Amino acid sequence: MHGRPRKAYKPEEEAASAAKAAKLRILQTQFMSNHHNKIYTKEAVDLSTKLLEINPEAYTAWNYRKLAVEDKLSRIESDPDLVKTILDEELSVVESALRQNFKSYGAWHHRKWVLSKGNSSVANEMRLLDKFQKLDSRNFHAWNYRRFVVELTNRSEQDELKYTDNMIGSDFSNYSAWHNRSVLLSNLLARKADGFLPNAKIPDEYELVHSAIFTDEDDQSGWFYHLWLLDQTVNVETPLLTSSWPSHGSRINLSAGCLNDSFSKLTTFCSESGSFPLILYFDQAVGGVSSATVTIDSELKGNEDLVWEPVSKKNSQMSSVWVAHLKYMSSEPCFRKEYEVKVRVGNSPGIVSSRGCNFSKSYEFIFTAHVHDTVQGSQEDIVSWTDGFDIWDAESKDLYSLVNLNRSNAQMDFKWRQEAIAEEIILFRKLSDSKIGKLTLARLLMAKAVISDDVVKGVDYNEILELYKDLMVLDSSHYQYYKDEHSVALLHKVTSSTDDLSRHLFRYRNMNNSVCLRLNNLSLSRIASVAKLLFVQMLDLSHNELHSTEGLEAMQLLSCLNLSHNKIRSFSALDSLRHLKQLRVLNVSHNHIGEHSVDTTRYLCSSPLSNSEWTQDEVGRKTPNLVTKYWDAYFVLRDLNLKQLDITGNAIARDEFSSFVLQVVPKLVWLNGKKLES
Amino acid sequence: MSDPLPPYPPLDPTTYDLIIIGTGLPSSVISAAASSSGSSVLHLDPNPFYASHFASLSLPDLTSYLNSNTLSPPPPSNNTHDDSSFLSLDLVNRSLYSSLEISTFEPDILEETSRSFNIDLSGPRVVFCADESINLMLKSGANNYVEFKSIDASFVGDSNGELRSVPDSRGAVFNDKSLDLIEKRQLMKFFKLVQTHLADEKDVKVVSEEELESSFVEFLEKMCLPNKIKSIILYGIAMLDYDQDDGETCGCLLKTKEGLDRLALYITSIGRFSNAHGALMYPIYGQGELPQAFCRRAAVKGCIYVLRMPVTALLLDKETGGYKGVRLASGQEIFSQKLVLDPCVTVGLESLSSLTDQQKETIRVLVPKEISSKEKIARGICIIRGSVKAEISNALIVYPPKSLFPEQLTAVRVLQLGSGLAVCPPDMHVLYLSTVCDNDDQGKTALLSAMSTLISPHVPENLPSDSVDENVTAEAKPLLLWRALYVQELVKGEFGGNISSTSSPDGNLNYNEIVESAVKLYEQLMGSEELFKEETSQEDTTEDNDGDGVEIED
Repeated sequence: MHGRPRKAYKPEEEAASAAKAAKLRILQTQFMSNHHNKIYTKEAVDLSTKLLEINPEAYTAWNYRKLAVEDKLSRIESDPDLVKTILDEELSVVESALRQNFKSYGAWHHRKWVLSKGNSSVANEMRLLDKFQKLDSRNFHAWNYRRFVVELTNRSEQDELKYTDNMIGSDFSNYSAWHNRSVLLSNLLARKADGFLPNAKIPDEYELVHSAIFTDEDDQSGWFYHLWLLDQTVNVETPLLTSSWPSHGSRINLSAGCLNDSFSKLTTFCSESGSFPLILYFDQAVGGVSSATVTIDSELKGNEDLVWEPVSKKNSQMSSVWVAHLKYMSSEPCFRKEYEVKVRVGNSPGIVSSRGCNFSKSYEFIFTAHVHDTVQGSQEDIVSWTDGFDIWDAESKDLYSLVNLNRSNAQMDFKWRQEAIAEEIILFRKLSDSKIGKLTLARLLMAKAVISDDVVKGVDYNEILELYKDLMVLDSSHYQYYKDEHSVALLHKVTSSTDDLSRHLFRYRNMNNSVCLRLNNLSLSRIASVAKLLFVQMLDLSHNELHSTEGLEAMQLLSCLNLSHNKIRSFSALDSLRHLKQLRVLNVSHNHIGEHSVDTTRYLCSSPLSNSEWTQDEVGRKTPNLVTKYWDAYFVLRDLNLKQLDITGNAIARDEFSSFVLQVVPKLVWLNGKKLES
Repeated sequence: MSDPLPPYPPLDPTTYDLIIIGTGLPSSVISAAASSSGSSVLHLDPNPFYASHFASLSLPDLTSYLNSNTLSPPPPSNNTHDDSSFLSLDLVNRSLYSSLEISTFEPDILEETSRSFNIDLSGPRVVFCADESINLMLKSGANNYVEFKSIDASFVGDSNGELRSVPDSRGAVFNDKSLDLIEKRQLMKFFKLVQTHLADEKDVKVVSEEELESSFVEFLEKMCLPNKIKSIILYGIAMLDYDQDDGETCGCLLKTKEGLDRLALYITSIGRFSNAHGALMYPIYGQGELPQAFCRRAAVKGCIYVLRMPVTALLLDKETGGYKGVRLASGQEIFSQKLVLDPCVTVGLESLSSLTDQQKETIRVLVPKEISSKEKIARGICIIRGSVKAEISNALIVYPPKSLFPEQLTAVRVLQLGSGLAVCPPDMHVLYLSTVCDNDDQGKTALLSAMSTLISPHVPENLPSDSVDENVTAEAKPLLLWRALYVQELVKGEFGGNISSTSSPDGNLNYNEIVESAVKLYEQLMGSEELFKEETSQEDTTEDNDGDGVEIED
């Protein structure tokens, strides 16, 4: 069934196929008229049998047969023998159709439908499957059907696992068999079946797949399975809290205006709103974060019923980032005071991952909030990004708590995982002369970094970066993937230690010596490691190769963002910025916005045609044609509270667009470096 | 053969293009090819069965054949030269076999079943799926008369007496527990290299010209293959006879080029037929079926067959000394353009002395020559109860040089065949052993050593059975019921103008060289005509309906 060359048709074959088509058309017409007139006589049903024998793909005919069967069944008053005869007839039609085309979706589906009616011998189905799978062991239809049949029988998953053993033993290039193995093992491991503990079973599986990979490293099946195993090794089913802002044990300064230099800028948050965001960052998307599952214990008033919001795409109630705004200025002024805040996550059950796993166990962290008087009024100066940066003299004490993530709430055993990864690394160094070998080694080293509890030394990161650089050269057709992975590794490296991170931290003189994280000129194509950067308020990502701002949505404190000289092609690529309520300064100059007349990323977002909300608001009513034209920019900018925006150097930045921006963002003070007259 | 010969009916016609004596595989190939190209062929065999030295016989027939041929008295020369217009030279049947030893340990059991055996005279021998013999069968249509079954497994014996399976395919390498990951990778890389080498001979040179001419064993070392893999490749896949690590003593170092050719034959054999698993297969009812298939093909095309018909004399023209015909045991004189003789046919020494140079030239293939190599082949046949490997019936086992005992010079090959191939009764197996040797003792020693490793010697029945049984069954060796040992001479076929001779069975495991030399001889005989040219066009559409033709059952 595999690897057979296609041959061109000979003239006589073409003639035969034309004759067949003519015959088929007649049958088809007769059949359709039967179908429309709901004729279920024996002759009519036989006609559909004939049609399906020639063309098992005639889906309508299968559906017609379902109706015919229902019709027959309704007449015979559940005589079990008669029911069985009717259903057996269907099974034999499917079988002959499958002989014609083993890969007919309609036929397999019909068989499932018949089986689900009961009354059929499941044992017989297993025999049939064994026969079929002997003929073509890699047919995924048969494997799918097998899973369906197995579910109907009492056949154990262990037995099915043995079956995959045999199939893989006879041909290890059988991707379907490996896949089924991963499905079965997932189930067995999840329900902790006897002898299926991950720390014992996963290493066995590594051994099996090594044999396949080392025998033929050009065969994909083994590599796919290896990737699945790696995922099982690194990722934990139960959701964990990765980081938070404020972090455990930190001391933050809060103010409505600007504070003088005597306080650590790293931990100072100023906002006129009188509240600050409390960010929870989980290792996977979770739902159910609420004032019931996360409790706050502090003297800060008015925070009894906190509203937790998922920082995610619209309407999704699952997110790895959740935010709530804590008020620190209640009706009674009580400045210059310290408050201790205790946050207990998972106090009551309810935080659940998308796979249905509960948050491991309740976890508590404490920070101190220091509320200050406003010293100076808020600034309206332009943020230039070009100069005024001074090297940041380390306040590593504060920084340390930021780069150290919360692994303390992990109750699972990391030991076997770390050992397994370490062994894999030793082994796959031997295969690192091939592309897939390099990629796997890079993934393994990355996995090692991810699951180590301590701050990892930079050595491994450099090796990962080298591997991805090699791959970009060796395998240019997957350049972008390697580039993205390189960026991820680089950002992990940058955030791996206080030393590394502080090299990228600067003081911005023009804005009261605020701390700016400058990740410019790193040829980043993707954003990562955001969990460690939740404290950042000013971020310079200029002169990179970013296509999108995905990931930045977690940085809820961000007020100034420089994205100039990147590869952003549309406003929809900036969609994640909508969540950044503190963002005041945005520079997207010198990107590719508006360059491409057909922007495919626009199709990923909700189209204005399906969305009527804009017609209701003011701008929409005033200039509907502009909103239609610039709807993606409209959705992003409308939700932001920008004071300064720079869009020069983009194809879109013409007068019409500028005037549109002024309407959408009326509070804007600086546009493209020019102060606007109010 | 104990039956008295019936009176010979006279043959008609009496003149042919070609007379062939002996129905061994090379003769049968030539006869089928010549018949289908339109020549008139008379194919004779002194034996009452087809296939001559390639025959598969029942136990009593085998015994009597080996016995009679080892000490065959020359046929009485009942005809004088005088009354004929031709010069008549008496032909003698020389024996190819020596040092025959036959031992029966269970006469009663064997007596009952003796007729249900089909025992090969020139075992062990199997067909490689990409073997030249298969190509020729497909080409000639002889495949319609034979059915094959796969050999289930193939092993290499190590010096500890352990049998290690030969990892000869991706699947086998994957499943082999005795190879570590790096060895698996090295082995597969090597296989892939061989395949690339085979695929693009001209474009990409994966193996340099210089490497092709150097020794194969050096090449394997260059590929960083560890010793145990090297040994598997050399003896378990390339099927070499002589110790390649010890080139000086045997002087038979194989070149890389030839080594790669041997691997190529093996590798292309795997997966050639979708219903054959592995590289090797064996004809049901024994290897005697192969020559018979070609004979049947020849008969269909008009060849005349006469069995039990010895040829007593060669007839030469008195004047010119040229070949004219033969005299049969019946006394009838038959004439032909050309004659192809069985390798065991020769002329009496006393008659040679009186011949002119011209006459000697005519019969030059029959004149005994100085034998350059004294190479012989020691063969052994064992009938056993049980199997040498649990749950495996048909298997090949190779003992590389030095693996059985330090002085072992050549590889010993062992083939076990079971009742599934219709060669023996159920619950028994036939074991064939062979090794190349310089003298009879050396060969026999090696074979006996392999036998004692695999088989437990015959145990007298008075041993206590109940108490021991349980322990023994765990690793019980099969029990020896019957054994034959003999040494076969190697005779090379030769083209000699009008009189030529075919080869004796060679020491190889497959038919490749035998068939190739037969094809070459045919081309010399008949001019460079292509074999079975007609058949390919005609029968492709009619008889060859399953594409590849060779029927292989699971």
